[in-house]
Amino acid sequence: MSKFKKKTNKGTPKVSTASLPDIVFMLLFFFMVATKMRDSSIMVKNVVPAATELVKLEHKNLVNTIYIGVPLPQYKAVYGTAPQIQLGDKFSTPEDIPFFIEKFKAKIPEPQRPMIFTSLKVDGEVTMGIVSDVKTQLRKSGQLKLNYSAKKRQ
Amino acid sequence: MAKRMDNELNASSMADIAFLLLVFFLVTTTMNPDTGITVKLPPWSEDDAEEVKLNKRNVFAVLVNANNDLLVRGEPEEIGALRERAKEFISNPTSRADLAEAPNKAIISLKNDRGTKYETYLSVYNELKAAYRELWDTECERLYGMPYSDELSIDKKKAVRAKYPFILSEAEPTAYGEEEK
Repeated sequence: MSKFKKKTNKGTPKVSTASLPDIVFMLLFFFMVATKMRDSSIMVKNVVPAATELVKLEHKNLVNTIYIGVPLPQYKAVYGTAPQIQLGDKFSTPEDIPFFIEKFKAKIPEPQRPMIFTSLKVDGEVTMGIVSDVKTQLRKSGQLKLNYSAKKRQ
Repeated sequence: MAKRMDNELNASSMADIAFLLLVFFLVTTTMNPDTGITVKLPPWSEDDAEEVKLNKRNVFAVLVNANNDLLVRGEPEEIGALRERAKEFISNPTSRADLAEAPNKAIISLKNDRGTKYETYLSVYNELKAAYRELWDTECERLYGMPYSDELSIDKKKAVRAKYPFILSEAEPTAYGEEEK
């Protein structure tokens, strides 16, 4: 009897998958932190113009978005082809904006409220009339911090 | 020899659970942060604004009409040339009598029609902002040897901005060229 038995080699050894959960969890946490839930689907044509003097909006939870544009083809039959304002997940009129702003404010803790930004995502083809109406309503409801959403000009 | 306790948790399903969550977050994620041009609106007041007499030389009036044409101080202009003109007006390097007395007295007045295209309006706004940013950059370079950026301390940024304050007054748009509802 020999002390050193020759090990019987049964095929290739299995790769240990013990660290797999760790890797996946790492990715998971990354996406959990980086994610922002899409709270509404966009129902208007929305190609924002390009600009150079861009500012990045930090604190996603303090950004309130208003979409303006021509309704997408599937909504054209009901809402027409004139530019519309989308608040949350429904088409609205400028008169609905103060209530929309208040509703958003209520969700934010008091000390952070002055930091709320309203981001206007306006399609480039829209005329200024409807944008002016929105701006007037924002001023009336005391929401003065505004962001004209734009992408980087190449 | 005591038998070793075998109370390890079976973690083989952990990966599956984590994968499930991972896929969920991958699908719902929107990565790109919102970027744009930030503006501070003037507060709303019901009564009419009191008229302020301004020296005509200190006002840089920009008008964008419903045909998306530009009128700068009474003469037609291209968007591409707006930035340089605004810069010259604000800094007035040759002390001309028809340009701003001092950079902190310069006022930009922007007016548009209701029929103006948003894209045009925004690029005009962008050019005016760019003019100021370039002036801040030059001033910063002169004073502190670096361009205007977030790396500067707040005091320094304030000092530069006080020298060239960005004052933009927007008039109520005229109702010309509105789309039919």
